[in-house]
Amino acid sequence: MACEQWRGKLDLYLDGELAEEEAGELAAHLRGCASCAGDVLDRVQLKRAVKIAGKRYEPSAALRSRIARGARVESGSLGWRWRLAGVAALILLAAAAAANFYAGRERAARQRVYSELADLHVATLASATPVDVVSSDRHTVKPWFQGRIPFTFNLPELQGSEFTLVGGRVTYLEQTPGAHLIYQIRKHQISVFIFQERGGLPGFAGSVVNALSFNVESWTQNGLRYFAVGDASADDIRGLSRLLKSAR
Amino acid sequence: MEVADRRLPATFDDLALPLFDQLYNFAHWLTQDRAEAEDLVQETYAKALRGFPSFQAGTNFRAWMYRILRNTFLSSRTGLKTTVAIDDEDAGALPAESANPESLLLEQANREMVQEALAELPVRFREIVLLCEVEEMSYQEIAETLGIPIGTVMSRLFRARKALRELLKNKIEGGRHGV
Repeated sequence: MACEQWRGKLDLYLDGELAEEEAGELAAHLRGCASCAGDVLDRVQLKRAVKIAGKRYEPSAALRSRIARGARVESGSLGWRWRLAGVAALILLAAAAAANFYAGRERAARQRVYSELADLHVATLASATPVDVVSSDRHTVKPWFQGRIPFTFNLPELQGSEFTLVGGRVTYLEQTPGAHLIYQIRKHQISVFIFQERGGLPGFAGSVVNALSFNVESWTQNGLRYFAVGDASADDIRGLSRLLKSAR
Repeated sequence: MEVADRRLPATFDDLALPLFDQLYNFAHWLTQDRAEAEDLVQETYAKALRGFPSFQAGTNFRAWMYRILRNTFLSSRTGLKTTVAIDDEDAGALPAESANPESLLLEQANREMVQEALAELPVRFREIVLLCEVEEMSYQEIAETLGIPIGTVMSRLFRARKALRELLKNKIEGGRHGV
């Protein structure tokens, strides 16, 4: 009876698939049962014979190197491709970060310049003597700057436009001297700043931007950097800018 | 460069290349042909490499490789020819009776004889015997490799061994009568 119980489990026992406790019980049974022990011996012999006979085929050296190389080449090239992709991604990231950083710096610099110009604009208007040269005549104002700033510029003919020239003064932006002109349109006064173009100034915004509730337009012309700042409408700022750009 | 790239413990190479000899042996047993075995191994490595990103770390890599090899074989021309529908009895319970070895005198069964018998076994018997005895896989690993439940592993292994015994018995007896 005991043998019947165990015979079906001999393979599991020899394959190491019996739980420890059960394997122990079977081992105990085998010590006292010649029939089952003989059976086990046969099975062990078959297992061993198959194990030996089963290790039959040796791969060729050519295949071995092909696989080794293939796996390495493929995984290598995969790795290489991934590495390249990784590098490309890194470059993109770095470029994006740099652009971002640069854009951020640009933005910050522009913001700084705009707020400084806005300050100048407000401070000048608040001043008892906003302008040092009081004249609506560009032919008076322009020569006034001669010897006061290291450059010269053209002012537009305002006849036929709503703009009037109030006057001008010398100003400084980031330790650089420049011309500060004040124009008026209806009740609004617009400051026009002119500086020599240099690296330190932020990039051209392209169109009227709203900075600190002032409208600002900035452009570069003949090596000079212009800023038109004021609380006038964007259209007025643009209109004045257009006049200044067309000045001969 | 190669050394620097292999700092990570589980690269495909690290896991797959040590299995090469065993996989080849198994492939040759399945195909019974060197050229086919070589193709099979190559395809297995290529597939495994491609599939490696989806291989879940911590699961059984060896069973995974053997499974790829076996599935590749089964879908090959030779494999399709040798594929036999899994019969119903395969899933049955383990027979209680003994395999009745009848004193096989396996000492007489030399290596070539066993190899012949193995080669004559149907593929599904051959592969499970080899996975168990040569690869020394656990039933669990065999189940993973063949994609069958453990109960089926046990019953199929039992039948495979029984068939192998019978083949060997015939060879031994035939050899005896032949002399």
